Amino acid sequence: MAVALILLLVAIGSVLFHIYSPWWWTPIATNWAYIDHTINITFWITGFVFVAVIAFMAYCVFRFHHREGRRADYNPENKRLEWWLSVGTGVGVAAMLAPGLVVWHQFVTVPADASEVEVMGQQWQWSFRLPGKDGQLGTSDVRNIASDNPMGLNRDDRHAQDDVVIENGDLHLQVGKPVKVLLRSVDVLHDFYVPEFRAKMDMVPGMVTYFWIKPIRTGTFDVLCAELCGAAHYQMRAKVIVDEEREYHAWLEQQKTFAELSPAKAVVKATYQSGGK
Amino acid sequence: MVDIPYEGIRGIPPAEVPDVELYHPRSWWTRYVFSQDAKVIAIQYSLTATAIGLVALVLSWLMRLQLGFPGTFSFIDANQYLQFITMHGMIMVIYLLTALFLGGFGNYLIPLMVGARDMVFPYVNMLSYWVYLLAVLVLASTFFVPGGPTGAGWTLYPPQAILSGTPGQDWGIILMMASLILFIIGFTMGGLNYVVTVLQARTRGMTLMRLPLTVWGIFTATVMALLAFPALFVASVMLLLDRLLGTSFFMPSLVEMGTLSKYGGGSPLLFQHLFWFFGHPEVYIVALPAFGIVSDLISTHARKNIFGYRMMVWAIVAIGALSFIVWAHHMYVSGMFPQFGYFFATTTLIIAIPTAIKVYNWVLTLWRGDIHLTVPMLFALGFIITFVNGGLTGLFLGNVVVDVPLSDTMFVVAHFHMVMGVAPIMVVLGAIYHWYPKVTGRMLNNALGKFHFWVTFLGAYLIFFPMHYLGLLGVPRRYFELGDATFIPSSAHSLNAFISVVALTVGFSQMVFLFNLAWSFFKGEASGGNPWRATTLEWQTPETPPGHGNWGKELPVVYRWAYDYSVPGAAEDFIPQNQPPRATQLAQGAAS
Repeated sequence: MAVALILLLVAIGSVLFHIYSPWWWTPIATNWAYIDHTINITFWITGFVFVAVIAFMAYCVFRFHHREGRRADYNPENKRLEWWLSVGTGVGVAAMLAPGLVVWHQFVTVPADASEVEVMGQQWQWSFRLPGKDGQLGTSDVRNIASDNPMGLNRDDRHAQDDVVIENGDLHLQVGKPVKVLLRSVDVLHDFYVPEFRAKMDMVPGMVTYFWIKPIRTGTFDVLCAELCGAAHYQMRAKVIVDEEREYHAWLEQQKTFAELSPAKAVVKATYQSGGK
Repeated sequence: MVDIPYEGIRGIPPAEVPDVELYHPRSWWTRYVFSQDAKVIAIQYSLTATAIGLVALVLSWLMRLQLGFPGTFSFIDANQYLQFITMHGMIMVIYLLTALFLGGFGNYLIPLMVGARDMVFPYVNMLSYWVYLLAVLVLASTFFVPGGPTGAGWTLYPPQAILSGTPGQDWGIILMMASLILFIIGFTMGGLNYVVTVLQARTRGMTLMRLPLTVWGIFTATVMALLAFPALFVASVMLLLDRLLGTSFFMPSLVEMGTLSKYGGGSPLLFQHLFWFFGHPEVYIVALPAFGIVSDLISTHARKNIFGYRMMVWAIVAIGALSFIVWAHHMYVSGMFPQFGYFFATTTLIIAIPTAIKVYNWVLTLWRGDIHLTVPMLFALGFIITFVNGGLTGLFLGNVVVDVPLSDTMFVVAHFHMVMGVAPIMVVLGAIYHWYPKVTGRMLNNALGKFHFWVTFLGAYLIFFPMHYLGLLGVPRRYFELGDATFIPSSAHSLNAFISVVALTVGFSQMVFLFNLAWSFFKGEASGGNPWRATTLEWQTPETPPGHGNWGKELPVVYRWAYDYSVPGAAEDFIPQNQPPRATQLAQGAAS
């Protein structure tokens, strides 16, 4: 009958949509295929439950809808059935949770050989910073921010002087090299979001957050802001380019360090602070 | 569990509530406006919630026009878009669903279902409504103040909620906080009433394990709300202080529009913890009344006892308790301490077990039932599908690492609309079709009801099911325009346009429902006292609509649980809760 059929069609239609719809995740560009696998496991388990429940319900509607003279069973409880359903559900939940937690462990465990790169968000643009020759990012503070120091680096920190600062430019990463992306904001919440990377994390003023990735293919990817950050949230864009080693170094050569970008004032200030000695 | 007749109360006269304990209205004003009768207050709550809900519905149309056809409507700009999403979300979650389930259904059904004459504190109950109305008016006023309502998103995350880069920073955010504070004050007055009434004013024989699941759902949700809303209350006060007095509870040192602000030392994450400590239980504050009500709809219209009543009660209580230790699953990518992820993913997925038990028991209630496909039953079936769908996608978002790519995308929007938008609304609508005859004495029109159901159910499913896949693709939420992004194919824009068209259609079909409500009030078929042949007490009142004091001279006495449908050997396929065992035996004798 019609109602049962429509209910069944909703379940079948959902499955067919899942299989044939053109909208699916973007081709992955990092090591986080594990996340995609976990999503697939979850789709299988939840899809099975969804179809089973709806099909059962549709069958009940088909088989037990009211007719003259029908009388329902009186069947308050069935301890054994309820127990088995609970256990079965628990097993299904564990089958999704366990791989999820294993992958989460990988997600929060940054490999020792990961290099660091900093992304800074502000309304409504991105800035990037690389550690420079000494391999270490200098300290920063929002109170240092000035027109010639938009990322608020600490001029007294020698690690900061050689940091590569990229204002209004694109970030380049090297394929195959794990990188810890340090995230910072100077005003409101932002979120560094590249769909192909799968990883994302909010950027919180007053904190440094992070995630890590290992790019596995070259290409140019859109950076979006994924945490509402005010009126022009939707326009806060940049690009990340994953390069082969040679192209990456060619690009890096052209970038300016913090010292090169604001040398004069830095010298004056350093002189002033050291008392002219 | 065949309930044993309540032997102990035989021969004991029914309790009588002396007239002096009940406040009697003396004029039209105190009868219909400043009324202390829970039934009138319920209707006031429901009408106010529906009115502000219609505003939120219109806002959703404007949002869908922009999303489906970006650049076409010049009267919607980016600031307004953010204001629309903020007000839509806040109204729907708090001012519509919470107020309607607890203030509306709670007020109407609790006293009737437990066999009380009224709420235990009628004056406070009246005050609760008027403070709620004030909260709604303050909220609505933000549309007319300079700068308009806040556009901070319904989560109101600082720092941006109170900084100048966000629309509504002047007045909107302040009035939003004021309105929330008022709402919570009003709710607390009502909520204490519901809890005390359920615990103290049940009639004789109405043990806790004989309560209809509707009362269990509303009762548990109210207890949760009383524990959860204080977190939102303090968060609102603190954010208001940050905005008005320059304190820095949630504000670290930061740059506002290029200059260093006066703030320093606060924590944005603290707000998120407070907000979600309220916000997650809030999901279940909306869901549990829906769970309870839908159990009663299914049982009544399938003419079968709810399957596994005791398990259903414990599942409600377990979900309510667990929902207080899962809040940070909204914050997996917030930058909080990453090791928290293990704990919150585990607790979140554990909630799936009691929730799944409820689903199994609903469909098992249908098994070997006598399913009457009435409009309330259709909405109950629609609820099961949308709730199962939305609940299962919750297993994606609750599983911490799976949430990472999906958070802040349209997948989240689709998920929470399905599970706490569409599914509870299905129950609200089914419940209105179910109880409208008790409230008005007339039936709603059946043909219009079926039309309304099919358009709403299928339409809502077509809106939100495909939307998950936009999120899977990576389309972010809260975007005024998607603009140029290489990963978004043009087909995604077509899908957005399709969703918008369906959304407008579903929206307009609600007008059919409103027409039905109005038309049936005057012209609907007379219903009689118990048109669905239901067992629970509200259908056994001497008058329909129930009069002041609900019951006649004597309160009903309860002899059995709420689900004696199709009891073997009984003459009728239902035995009201207040029918004494001897009368049943006599009826059985007559039948045999």
